[in-house]
Amino acid sequence: MTQPPARPPLPSDDKRWKLVNATMRRNGYAGHALIETLHSVQDAFGYLDETSLRFVAASLDLPVSKVFGVATFYHIFMLKPKGRHTCVVCTGTACYIKGAGGLIEGLQEHYGIDPGETTGDDRLSLLTARCVGACGLAPAVVVDGEVLGKQAADTLVATLEELS
Amino acid sequence: MHLEDLAEQAAQYRNEEAHIEREVRVCVAASCQSSGSLPVLEALKSACDTQGAGSCKVKGVGCMGLCSAGPLVAVADKDCALNESVLYRDVTPDDAPDIMASVCGAPVERLRCPTDQPFFSRQQRIVLEHSGLIDPDSLRGYIAVGGYAALVRALTEMTPADVLREVTTSGLRGRGGGGYPTGLKWSTIAKMPPGQKYVVCNADEGDPGAFMDRAVLESDPHRVLEGMAIAAYAVGASKGYVYVRAEYPLAVERLETAIRKAKRAGFLGAKVADTQFAFEIEIRLGAGAFVCGEETALMASIEGLRGQPRPRPPYPAESGLWGCPTLINNVETFANIAPIIREGGDWFASIGTEGSKGTKVFALAGKIKNTGLIEVPMGTSLRDIIEVIGGGIPDGRAFKAVQTGGPSGGCIPEAHLDIPVDYDSLKTLGTIMGSGGLIVMDETSCMVDVARFFMEFCMSESCGKCIPCRAGTWQMHALLDTLTKGRGTRADLALLEDLCDVVRATSLCGLGQTAPNPVLSTLRYFRDEYEAKLLGDA
Repeated sequence: MTQPPARPPLPSDDKRWKLVNATMRRNGYAGHALIETLHSVQDAFGYLDETSLRFVAASLDLPVSKVFGVATFYHIFMLKPKGRHTCVVCTGTACYIKGAGGLIEGLQEHYGIDPGETTGDDRLSLLTARCVGACGLAPAVVVDGEVLGKQAADTLVATLEELS
Repeated sequence: MHLEDLAEQAAQYRNEEAHIEREVRVCVAASCQSSGSLPVLEALKSACDTQGAGSCKVKGVGCMGLCSAGPLVAVADKDCALNESVLYRDVTPDDAPDIMASVCGAPVERLRCPTDQPFFSRQQRIVLEHSGLIDPDSLRGYIAVGGYAALVRALTEMTPADVLREVTTSGLRGRGGGGYPTGLKWSTIAKMPPGQKYVVCNADEGDPGAFMDRAVLESDPHRVLEGMAIAAYAVGASKGYVYVRAEYPLAVERLETAIRKAKRAGFLGAKVADTQFAFEIEIRLGAGAFVCGEETALMASIEGLRGQPRPRPPYPAESGLWGCPTLINNVETFANIAPIIREGGDWFASIGTEGSKGTKVFALAGKIKNTGLIEVPMGTSLRDIIEVIGGGIPDGRAFKAVQTGGPSGGCIPEAHLDIPVDYDSLKTLGTIMGSGGLIVMDETSCMVDVARFFMEFCMSESCGKCIPCRAGTWQMHALLDTLTKGRGTRADLALLEDLCDVVRATSLCGLGQTAPNPVLSTLRYFRDEYEAKLLGDA
C-alpha cells in the first residue's frame, strides 16, 4: 500500500494558512484543485509569493514549476503585493468605445503610474481588466471591489483621493 | 417524487403568499447593484414596514434589462409580467416613501420609465422569462413558477432517448457562438459506452461587451442547474462542473446558494427527485484567461492546468475531462432546456428562422440609448434591434457600425442592417453570432483603431502554444499600430492581409483562427478608412 505523501507544515502560524489548507482539504488535496487553492491564497494574502507557491506545490504534490506556470498563466493571479487600494479600469469593448482610454490617461497623469503599477507610497494600484460585465454602465471601474459606472477622469481621481 | 408532488409544493408556496396582492421588485443583479440598488431595497423594506402595506411584498429580483437606467424598481400585481408593471428608473433610497405610497395609488411620475416602449414590448422572453420576476436566491420562488417540473417530468415520464428527441426536434443550436446543433452534440455523448461522463457548463463569458450569461446566472441560477441535470440524464453523466469567471463574484455566490439549496431539496445529489438518477454539480473558478472559453482549454483549466487548447479530434464528446466523454454547453443553451422539455421541441422550433430556432439574448452596449439586455426571436433584423429596441444612437450622431461576436467577430455597416439575425446570415457578412454582445459605434469611432483594439486583445490573450497565433497576432498588432498612427504604407496593408490568411488557416484553436476577423471585416466594409491613413504612395 502506498502512503499518501506527507503534508508540509504550515509556513508560519499566520491563521490565514488555515483557510488555504481548508480549501485543499475540501478538494481532497487533488492536483486539479490547484487553481481553487491559488484563488484562496490570493483571497487571504492579496498576492502569491514564493513561500505560498512552494507550500501549495508541496501540499498538492505538484512540481513548483507547474504551480509557477499556472500562477503566471492566468491574469488574475498577482505575484507582487498590491497597494492599500486598487483601481481596476475596465478596458472591454463597450468601455473602450466610451472612453476607458481617457480614464487611464487621467490616472497616469495624476499618479504617475502605468497600469500594473503601484504608487510609491503603496497607497494605490492601477490595474486594467478585460471586461467586468458592467457594459451598461460604461466606462466602468472597480475601486476596492466596488463597481463604479459612468466614470470621468476628473471625478474618478476625486473619488480615489477621498479614500483613506 | 412525482410531478403531482412538485405541483402540490408549488401550489403550497403560492398559497403561502396568497395574501400578497402587489409586489415591489428591486433589481439586485450586478449592474443595478453597482448603481446602488441594495440601499434602495433596504429603504423600501423599511418603508414597507412603517407604512404598513400588509398586502405588499418588497423583494430583490434579477435583471430587468435596461441596465443603463438602474437602479430599477418595478411595482406590479403579483405574477404580473415586466412590461405590464409600473417601472421606476434611477431610484435612490430617498424615493422609497413615495414609491411605497404609490403601491396602491397613482404612480410617481418623476421616476417613471415607460414600459410600453419597444425596448420592453418587442421582446420575447424564454431564457429570461423569470428574470426580474423571481428572487434568484429563493428555491421556493423558482418552484412556485414551475421550476424543476421539466427535470422531474424528464426523470419520471421520459426516457433519455425521449429527451434527446425533444432537444433535437427543437433545433436548438449552441448559444456560445459556434451554433453547433445541441441535439446532435448530446446524441454523440449519449452513444458513447456507459461509464464516467461529465456535463460542463461554460460560464467563462470572456467576450468583452457580453454580459448575458452573467445576467442569467445572477437572475435565475436554478434554471441553469435544471438544464444541466436534464442534459446529464439524457447523456448518462453523473457529475457536472460550472466553469465560471472569477470576475463575476455575485454570479458565483448565487450559483453556490442555488446548488446548496437544490441539493438539500433533492434536485441534485445521489437520488435526484427520489429516482435512481444521481447528479452532482461543482463550481470551478476561472482566473482571467480569455482562451479558457475554448472548450479544450476550459477542460485543461478544470483539471488545474494552464488553459491551453489541444488539437481536435478527439472532440470532448469522445475524450474530454480526464479522458472521459464530456458535454460542454454554454449557460444560455442550458437555460433553454427546461422550456423545451416543458412546451415540447415543436413549440421551440416554431420560433425563429429556418436554420436558427428560438430566441437569442443580446447585450446592447456602446453608443446606443438603451444599453442593457434584450431577448428577441432569431431573425429579428439588426435595424430593429438597434434603432427600435435600442432607441438608436444618442447625441444626434450617426450610426457607423455594430460589432458582433467580440474579438472573434466583425463589424457590420449600415448597408447590411436589414438582414435577419441568425447564425448563417451573420456568417455571410463575415462575422459571427458569437455569444450575443452587440457593440454599437457611431461616427466618432475609427475603424482602424477598433481593429487594433481587438488585435491587442487577441495578442495578449493568446496562450502562446502555437506559433501562428502567438507571433501572428503580435505582428498584426504592430502593423495596425503603425497604420493607426498614419505611418503605414501600402506594403504594410498588403502584409497585414497576407498575415490574416495565414493566422486564420494555421492556428490551433478558435482564438487564433478568428483573431483576423475584426481586421478582415473592417477591411471589407471600411477599406477607405485604412486607405486614408496610408502614407502617400509617391
